[in-house]
Amino acid sequence: MANYAHPEVLVNTDWVASHANDPNVRVVEVDVDTKAYDEGHAPGAIAWPWNTHLCDTVVRDILAKSDFENLMTQSGINNDTTVVLFGDNNNWFAAWALWQMKIYGHKDVRIMDGGRKKWLAEGRPLDTKPTTATPSARKYQASAPDYSIRALLPQVQQAQKSASAVMIDVRSPQEFTGEILAPPGLPETCQRGGHIPGARSVPWGKACNDDGTFKSLDDLQKLYGAEGVKANSQVIAYCRIGERSSHTWFVLKYLLGLNNVTNYDGSWTEWGNLVGAPVERGAAKSAGQS
Amino acid sequence: MNPTNYSERKVEIDGWQVNLTTYQLGDKWHSKADNVSPGAALARTVADSREEAEAQALERARALLSRTKRNPV
Repeated sequence: MANYAHPEVLVNTDWVASHANDPNVRVVEVDVDTKAYDEGHAPGAIAWPWNTHLCDTVVRDILAKSDFENLMTQSGINNDTTVVLFGDNNNWFAAWALWQMKIYGHKDVRIMDGGRKKWLAEGRPLDTKPTTATPSARKYQASAPDYSIRALLPQVQQAQKSASAVMIDVRSPQEFTGEILAPPGLPETCQRGGHIPGARSVPWGKACNDDGTFKSLDDLQKLYGAEGVKANSQVIAYCRIGERSSHTWFVLKYLLGLNNVTNYDGSWTEWGNLVGAPVERGAAKSAGQS
Repeated sequence: MNPTNYSERKVEIDGWQVNLTTYQLGDKWHSKADNVSPGAALARTVADSREEAEAQALERARALLSRTKRNPV
């Protein structure tokens, strides 16, 4: 981990195991499959179901500041708590949670490299009884939202028109081409298939090793460099609903150290439903082709 | 409890790549089928044996995958 631009944002499974009873550390499991935690979880870890705890459940949006503060307070998290996030699917929604925590200015939040998959594969202990957090005595104070790491539709439209950013589509090749509208088994919540014109196809999983850990700095530089991403590039990552792209956002921002990278959480379920939005179909072109 | 006998293997169902993860926790076997590239979890099952858990997971995965519409590109 030492070669990454910000190695302090990653911990390994050993670190988590050895901090299970550390009062300054809160370990949180955030899974795509919200039933996974109930099956068994790392001792001491609490769960944040992404679909109820990490979004506004009425308006399509991230948590409001007050809701975020309540979640932190109820989870026993103070402003100076070290929060370690992990989950299934190589940390998709753990990255989503980290992205929101950074929007609201939490200083020390980290990802457990390899996520739930590595914890299971290593045969580490699992508790089947849910962990109950003791709420913090002091109310958590979030910062004003930092939207410099979030791309909203007008910014994405402007960037697409002016070709001012490298647009990274992190979905599967079949979603990128328009062959399918959503991953199998998930609701097809868009009207059109394809991708934002000019986007590069770099499926999120290419950033991971088989054991779920992140690839080396060298491999990541080659992967994104081949798609035209440079150290000073402005990059917008998107997927279907914004969680897979938060994984890529994390890689680009913290492992590669890019300063100007945003997560477009509206993603394809916004763009693919817009009347009149330009859509491109078919396979990815190689970098440099227009 | 510690999970044991963790395994992963890739299988193809109707042209889709599926990743099948199985492990034992206590006297139960847990299996999960997910679609390798998009990564969505298709099925999660618990049974008394590895064979039973995996067969159930694959059956549910096949049912979901068969309903996924593929558009000509």
